[in-house]
Amino acid sequence: MSMNLTPSLTLSREDIVRLCERVEGAQTRAYAIPKLTDEYPGMTIADGYAVQLELRRRFLAAGHKQVGWKAGLTSRAKMKQMGVDVPSIGFLTDRMARPENSAIRTGDLVHPRVECEVAFVTKKALQGPGCTRQDVLAATDYVLPAVEIIDSRFSGFKFDLPSVVADNGSSARFVGGGRPRYVEDLDLPTLGVVMEKNGEIVAGAAAAAVLGHPAEAIAMLVNILAELGEGLPAGSFVMSGGITEAVPVKAGDSVIARFQELGSVSMRFVE
Amino acid sequence: MNEDKIQHYGDALYEAWRAGRTIAPLLEQEPEITLADAYRIQLRYIERRVAAGETIVGKKIGVTSKPVQDFLGVFQPDFGQLTSGMVYQEGDTIDLGSLIQPKAEAELAFVLKEDLQGPGITAMDVIRATDYVTPCFEIVDSRITDWKIKIQDTVADNASCGVYVLGKAKGDPRKLDITLAGMVLEKNGEIFSTGVGAAVQGSPANAVAWLANTLGELGIPFKAGEVILSGSQSALVPVVDGDELVCTVGGLGSCRVKFAGRSAA
Repeated sequence: MSMNLTPSLTLSREDIVRLCERVEGAQTRAYAIPKLTDEYPGMTIADGYAVQLELRRRFLAAGHKQVGWKAGLTSRAKMKQMGVDVPSIGFLTDRMARPENSAIRTGDLVHPRVECEVAFVTKKALQGPGCTRQDVLAATDYVLPAVEIIDSRFSGFKFDLPSVVADNGSSARFVGGGRPRYVEDLDLPTLGVVMEKNGEIVAGAAAAAVLGHPAEAIAMLVNILAELGEGLPAGSFVMSGGITEAVPVKAGDSVIARFQELGSVSMRFVE
Repeated sequence: MNEDKIQHYGDALYEAWRAGRTIAPLLEQEPEITLADAYRIQLRYIERRVAAGETIVGKKIGVTSKPVQDFLGVFQPDFGQLTSGMVYQEGDTIDLGSLIQPKAEAELAFVLKEDLQGPGITAMDVIRATDYVTPCFEIVDSRITDWKIKIQDTVADNASCGVYVLGKAKGDPRKLDITLAGMVLEKNGEIFSTGVGAAVQGSPANAVAWLANTLGELGIPFKAGEVILSGSQSALVPVVDGDELVCTVGGLGSCRVKFAGRSAA
């Protein structure tokens, strides 16, 4: 599944920097912007990644530390809805991490939503192309339950793939926690998860909802990284994509994600 | 509703089931049917099946998920009776010719080792009284034309029960997290839907406790050895000739079923 990223770059370096500044402003000051393709209708997925990598360069230059990556749009239904046959990826930094059971501010987010995910921590480097689910499992130190707080900076959560990729895959915050486990002690596809908001069940599914097996999403992420000219270093924290649908949250909400065999991850949201 | 009418509609459902055809929604014919009337009609329909040689082997719980409750405008589950004629074994091929407008659902079934006599039954009693749980398919079917059901129609029609298949895998609910166990449903080798036990009333054990208490109030026995289908954990799957379904419950195992033939509708 090659995206042939390089040949489909259409934006000039100047445009990329301009769009990056627009996304960075929306992310750091928490306001909504129109999707980027409104102004650049010919924008490609490769252009989107060029903007995302420029955003990462600026964050790292400002002292943020990259801790890993996230896969997004990993369910067949969501890919079909978006008219794409590849998931998207985004980078994760220390500034996005929040501790388990903490209070997370909504004032610096636009319209946050929460998703249950299985997160992987790697012990060996992974390099695409051709990375498989088996390669991922062999390189995994442990898995743990996680909640991703996504926040599209685009008005009305309306976007297309190039725009969402430029917006770093809607990455905003993440919370890892629960109980770390070895993958060989689990049957990941049939692992059940439940999302509760304010004590009420709002979503439930099994991890097979992510490409049949969450490790499949990590393999695809590694193969996309290869197209961007990168590998996945050992020690990376990687989120494999939402098992449950994204649920909107606001200040005052309390969320707990319960995972079969992996314990739970909880957090609350404040103004 | 008077006893004559109860008998009339119970008999009409029995005849429709036997002939493999549908009848108009009961509520269209009789707008005043209450839920209590609907259960009396169900009882009559099942009495006819028992009189024709079947035995009662268990219960099914339906309308357990919030989306289905919202759709039918109700705030509690419903139930129907399982009879000996509805039983298939895992590995059997289900003859669609015996059904009218079937759809499949993946569920967790409970088999009791002790009687559960409500009212006053809690989920803890359910676990205590359970011999084992097993993955299963319920093939729901409706004797009401085009599934145009309201809650009274489906209750009268034995909670739209068709046939069911229990898996061979058996699990002890003391060793298995039935609330958080995932449910993966595959159709012809592709994932069709996923779910989790908690989608059924917070836990399948809560649904069984609800049933024990509801039956207790109605004076209907809930006996050791009975099978209880606790409510769907999947999307409804349409099935046609040649389809194969597999449902897998995390930490428990699978149930596999094939379909052949053409359904009546």
